[in-house]
Amino acid sequence: MTTTDASAPARVYRDYAHPLWRRLLFTREAAIVVLLVLVYAVAAASVRNFAAPITITYLLLDVAAILFIALPMTLVIITGEIDLSVASIVGLSSVTLGTLHQAGLPIEAAGTVAILVGVVAGAINGFFITVVGLPSLAVTIGTLALFRGLAVGLLGTTAVTDFTEFWTDLAKSKIPGTPIPSVMIVFVVLAIAFAVLLHFTPFGRGIFAIGLSSEAARFSGVKVEQTKFILFVLSGAVSALAGIYYTLRFGSARGDNATGLELSVIAAVLLGGVSIFGGRGNILGVIAGVLLIGILGSALRLANVTSDVINIITGALLVASVVSTSVLAWVHRKRIGAGIKKGPPAPAQD
Amino acid sequence: MSRLAHLLKARETGIALALVLVVVATTVKNPAFLFSSDGWRDLLLTPSILMLVAVGQAIVIITRNVDLSVGSVVGLSAYLTGRVFIDLPGIPWPLVFVIGLVFGGLLGLVNGALVAFAKVPALVITLGTLYVYRGINVMWTGSDRINSSDMPREFLALGTSSFLFVPWLTIIALIVLVAAGWFLRTQRAGRELYAIGSDPAAAHLYGLRVTQRVLAAFVVCGALAGLAGVLYAARYGTVNSQAGSGWELDAVGAAVIGGVAIFGGSGTVWGAAIGAYLLLTINRALPVIGVQDFWQRAVVGVLILGAIVLDRVLAVRQSRRLTEARNR
Repeated sequence: MTTTDASAPARVYRDYAHPLWRRLLFTREAAIVVLLVLVYAVAAASVRNFAAPITITYLLLDVAAILFIALPMTLVIITGEIDLSVASIVGLSSVTLGTLHQAGLPIEAAGTVAILVGVVAGAINGFFITVVGLPSLAVTIGTLALFRGLAVGLLGTTAVTDFTEFWTDLAKSKIPGTPIPSVMIVFVVLAIAFAVLLHFTPFGRGIFAIGLSSEAARFSGVKVEQTKFILFVLSGAVSALAGIYYTLRFGSARGDNATGLELSVIAAVLLGGVSIFGGRGNILGVIAGVLLIGILGSALRLANVTSDVINIITGALLVASVVSTSVLAWVHRKRIGAGIKKGPPAPAQD
Repeated sequence: MSRLAHLLKARETGIALALVLVVVATTVKNPAFLFSSDGWRDLLLTPSILMLVAVGQAIVIITRNVDLSVGSVVGLSAYLTGRVFIDLPGIPWPLVFVIGLVFGGLLGLVNGALVAFAKVPALVITLGTLYVYRGINVMWTGSDRINSSDMPREFLALGTSSFLFVPWLTIIALIVLVAAGWFLRTQRAGRELYAIGSDPAAAHLYGLRVTQRVLAAFVVCGALAGLAGVLYAARYGTVNSQAGSGWELDAVGAAVIGGVAIFGGSGTVWGAAIGAYLLLTINRALPVIGVQDFWQRAVVGVLILGAIVLDRVLAVRQSRRLTEARNR
């Protein structure tokens, strides 16, 4: 947490007082990865058929859209903003792909237009947030409704389903000789690109700086508005890509495709250790967060636990993961003792 | 005179005018929209339930928080209402309102306690409880659902009947609205909510009981969502596990359209209530004026964007005027 936390400077010194392996081991991300491995091991040992290759295939096919969108969402949330419109962009891209394909355009061309639509949608978000200077939470609640409305308005309740088998098969296909869906190749490429962008470039350092303090970042020469604008455009583009995948995987372009997916994405990103206050998080943790939710869901489904219990667990996990951070900070403050006075409470931010 | 000028400049007036415009334009196109008994009733009745949720949401947003779990609370308490009638036959129906209020208040207390004591943003906490509450609802309901035959006739009659041409549900919602509006405007605890929303740290330093007030705001929001759930059961007669899903965004949208700033400290419950009416009235008006109702969400989106842009323009103009006044 990056608010007015009295223990913040102390924590930095403590971290650097330890060797690298300890610093790596005792992070939120490490905890999530360990939890992921544990859950996988327990599920593989106790749930029948969970260890079967086909389970992995379906699990990855199911979480692919969330994995994709979680990448730009991570960057957006690290700057302290949020994008609630992603699932609506998925719907809009799905409808664009469907209607253009129905009109006779080949998938390649229709898909390109769909991604352009995503870019425009992201640019609209970026315009309102960076040029007009409005809060992203409010803007993207508005565009959540707007983009979904456009998608549903264009197609109504009908669906386009006449996609060429080549493409729908490709979306479900596996890398030959493995149980891993081929869409994961695209994902790994994207994930590496985003991880490099976030963790190894000046642009990425700017993203963290904006999240910690956009004023300070601006004074140190970070182009705050430009960075945020680019991130919202990236978010739109990747959401549109996820929309194309989603459409082909289910062989159906509908205006209400992926309704409510934004909440799953945000839950997974926050579970993966990204701070909602901004300034903190990393790509590896987020991927682990998405997979953790996916594995839990898939294992519980195989164990004949219904999807509502999975919902309860997802929600409880999210609450527990953020509350645990505060509890740990509190314990830490207690331990450091009376030397540090209790500061004012962290302002309840959204 | 100044009072009239003030009224004319208020944000709520603009939204109310938009609402009147929608109603008039639609009625010109099809008089039955307003002048048939069904049309009049629907116009008042349909948004009443969302209005309760929006009022609660506005109170929470004014304290610079947000409650995304309200839709799930509505669903849970709607199902609870049906269950109470089935499991406790002969229970007097007014008691059900109390049960709904208390139950919703308890769910709100959970949200509020997590937000206020763990110092975690409400967005994250209530996103979590949105899943948890809905999951409990689906698990509890299963494929079961409440039908109108499960509930007493007087209770259902309350959902559709009127008093002096005004539906009872609307009267209940208006009483709540007036009480909430009065409290926020005139009572010390109500004014403190605005202070907390404007600057939580300053409010704390000044000695306001921030934790207590935020907790109370969440309890009230939950209780109103619980009440809305009871009314939902009375109005529709059937309740399945998906009742109220997606209402969180409608409620936040209604508040934002009504001029409640998403980062706290300003806005009124009146605005949120009119926002809820505008949202749902447009929904019904579109098919009448010849637009397919599929486009409804797009119109709502444009409205929300328009409302927040307007807020921004007004704020910029205000601060410019203040700077000029100081430099003079």
